[in-house]
Amino acid sequence: MHPGDLKPNQFSSYPPQARQIALENLTLFRKLPEIMLSILLEEVIEYDWKFPAERKELENQLAYLNSLEPRALASLVAGFAKLRLSRSLDDGDWVKSPRDFVERLTADLWTTHQMESFRAAADQYQSSIGSSVRQEVPAIPRLGIVVVGQGVGEYSDALFQKLHPHGTYFRDVKPENGLNFLFDRLAKRAQQHPAPYAHWYVEGGHAIEMTAPGVTNVSYGGLEAPRKVLLGKMQSGISSGVGGPEALRSLLAQMRPEDLGFSKSPADAILNRFKVALLTEGSGTQIFSTTFAQWAAREVLRRAQPLTLLVRFAPRQRQRPINEMLSAMPTTLQTDPLGSLIDAEMGAYYTWLNQQRLIGAEHASFLVWFEDHSQALAIGPSIPRGTESSSSSDLSGILKLVG
Amino acid sequence: MRGAAALGVGSALSTFAPLRAFAARPSQKVVVVTFGGGARDEETFAPDGQKNIPHLLNELIPRATFFTQVVNQGILGHYVATASLATGVYETFNNFATVAPEHPTIFEYFRKDLKRPATDAWVVAPSNGFNFLGESSFKSYGPNFGAGVILPKHLLAASISGSNPNYRNLLQDNYESPLYTPDLSGREFHLNQLDRILKLSVSDFTAHALTLSSADELSVYIAHQLMRELAPSLLWITLHDMDVAHSGCFSLYLEGIRRSDRLCAEIWNTIQTEPEYEGKTSMFILPDFGRDSDTDAGGNGFQHHRTGDALSRTTWMMALGPGIREGITVDRRIESIDLVPTLGALLGCSAQAAQGHPLPEVV
Repeated sequence: MHPGDLKPNQFSSYPPQARQIALENLTLFRKLPEIMLSILLEEVIEYDWKFPAERKELENQLAYLNSLEPRALASLVAGFAKLRLSRSLDDGDWVKSPRDFVERLTADLWTTHQMESFRAAADQYQSSIGSSVRQEVPAIPRLGIVVVGQGVGEYSDALFQKLHPHGTYFRDVKPENGLNFLFDRLAKRAQQHPAPYAHWYVEGGHAIEMTAPGVTNVSYGGLEAPRKVLLGKMQSGISSGVGGPEALRSLLAQMRPEDLGFSKSPADAILNRFKVALLTEGSGTQIFSTTFAQWAAREVLRRAQPLTLLVRFAPRQRQRPINEMLSAMPTTLQTDPLGSLIDAEMGAYYTWLNQQRLIGAEHASFLVWFEDHSQALAIGPSIPRGTESSSSSDLSGILKLVG
Repeated sequence: MRGAAALGVGSALSTFAPLRAFAARPSQKVVVVTFGGGARDEETFAPDGQKNIPHLLNELIPRATFFTQVVNQGILGHYVATASLATGVYETFNNFATVAPEHPTIFEYFRKDLKRPATDAWVVAPSNGFNFLGESSFKSYGPNFGAGVILPKHLLAASISGSNPNYRNLLQDNYESPLYTPDLSGREFHLNQLDRILKLSVSDFTAHALTLSSADELSVYIAHQLMRELAPSLLWITLHDMDVAHSGCFSLYLEGIRRSDRLCAEIWNTIQTEPEYEGKTSMFILPDFGRDSDTDAGGNGFQHHRTGDALSRTTWMMALGPGIREGITVDRRIESIDLVPTLGALLGCSAQAAQGHPLPEVV
């Protein structure tokens, strides 16, 4: 089917708000190349479960595309129009199931050696959108906080080396009350600048009880029940001959919150959908808590674009070597605090990188702390780069420096 | 990577070298080691990564001609990419499909052209689809000319199935889909391989496996056994541990790299000490491709190889052995499909359908 032939009733299966968006932009959709439109519809169909920042971005993008003269629009999407679709994709319903279609499209672009051209077209489009569409400046400078190394005793290797060139390494931090200082800062920011999904706490273990209003929380420990349900469904899908890894991925993509035991309450719909996505779209998030925390932080930053994000890593389960699996001894779940510290250190770096991709990065601040230890690193507009501080301070003092 | 490789070695090259294909000795042997997991410069040859590869850096590179820019222009999935390495053509089949490569493999060129027996070419590989790596579906080549394929984890699973509740966990080698375990040919097939080909009793095999920590260690053990029992002239070993990176655990990925580094040195040492191999064996080591860069927002850094960015496509290769110059660094861009024509020239067979080019620095 050609986009020019699109009819309103083809969007009847879309959720209410997504359908509304689609119908309002039908004229625009009819002018877009099939490949680009299928990717755009993948976003549109999820509109009802998107965070406010994502909705705003999508609305602004559509408004911009609608504002373009026909020639300018054609020029903007020319890279996508040049890509050739294989006939095997002809039977794909990219309107009703854009996600499935894009999955097959991706495989097709690899197979037909068009991935490079697609990347070039996407980069050009993104660059044009980025420079032309009005971006929402954050109400206050963003703050990212990452806590690593829970459960680790002595550790002599250098920490935070990838982040060091961008900030100051503190070697004599007083660890007392460290977590309290950090949670207080999160709560205070949420209280002073309330907004939906603007302040987050991601926990790799069991979440610390917080009574502060306005802080959204996701935790690996809190998702134990849905994780077990999901793993069970994956196992039974495999046992019943669902097919290979791709069929398994399709099975995961179809999971709804209620399939994993989440409530059907509309009030929880957006967050529950997000939690399901963390478990079904993230590789390893179902099994390793450090992966869960890193991926959750990435997705919170990418999608919710928060003002404040606190991520606390916890020890993940230990990977069993082959000889242990062979020993046929009863399985007891052990943790690997040291390996988890290395995972989390990289996770902290990725969290900072992802924060820097957001609008207002030049004003944003970042703090990473080795939990219950004396090492921390801070990054911010007023923090010297590539230096070390040996002056003694608690985390409250460092937070004041960060701003 | 480039700086590390250049340490203490000359990089001036004479591009002229007589094609050794015409002088290939019947006793010439080749061992190819690929990393079906992808490794990035940052964790290997870049300054921060060198601590993870002490054996490659200090023991093997000084003995090798080292190619610093090996580009893979094909599909970045491990089975299809390894198949492309083995055919010299960018194969385009679905990475997760259990199909044979469409173009002749180096094993088929070798066996058909040189009239070698089935025992002279072997593949030792992780089990994810690789059971079809030994021979293509290409008309006039295919089943009668392919390599034997051994999947060590399936051997192990067959050895212990029924006696150990964890045996299915052993087969979980597709890190992109951690619970998926492919069902391959039956237990009898694997046990037969163990007994007839490797001359190993089930009890000896499982006892040795109890001393190992990873699937790659098991693969190298099996490869060593093959070298002792059959001494194949063409042996292809694919290591896979480092692909645990898909789980998102950076520490496990680093462990996989360090293990691969150690195992490569072990394989080289075996070549130097086994009489059937010593002095007549060339060894090639290369990852199938890289992994996504930290700075590409479309990916998640080391975890995957999905963006198709330059870092995920670019890797390295080292070649060692008699007649291959030592301590040489080659910075020109080559492609991963150049491997098969190079092997063909070394072994004296014609890789006629391969799309790459023989590397003059090696042949």
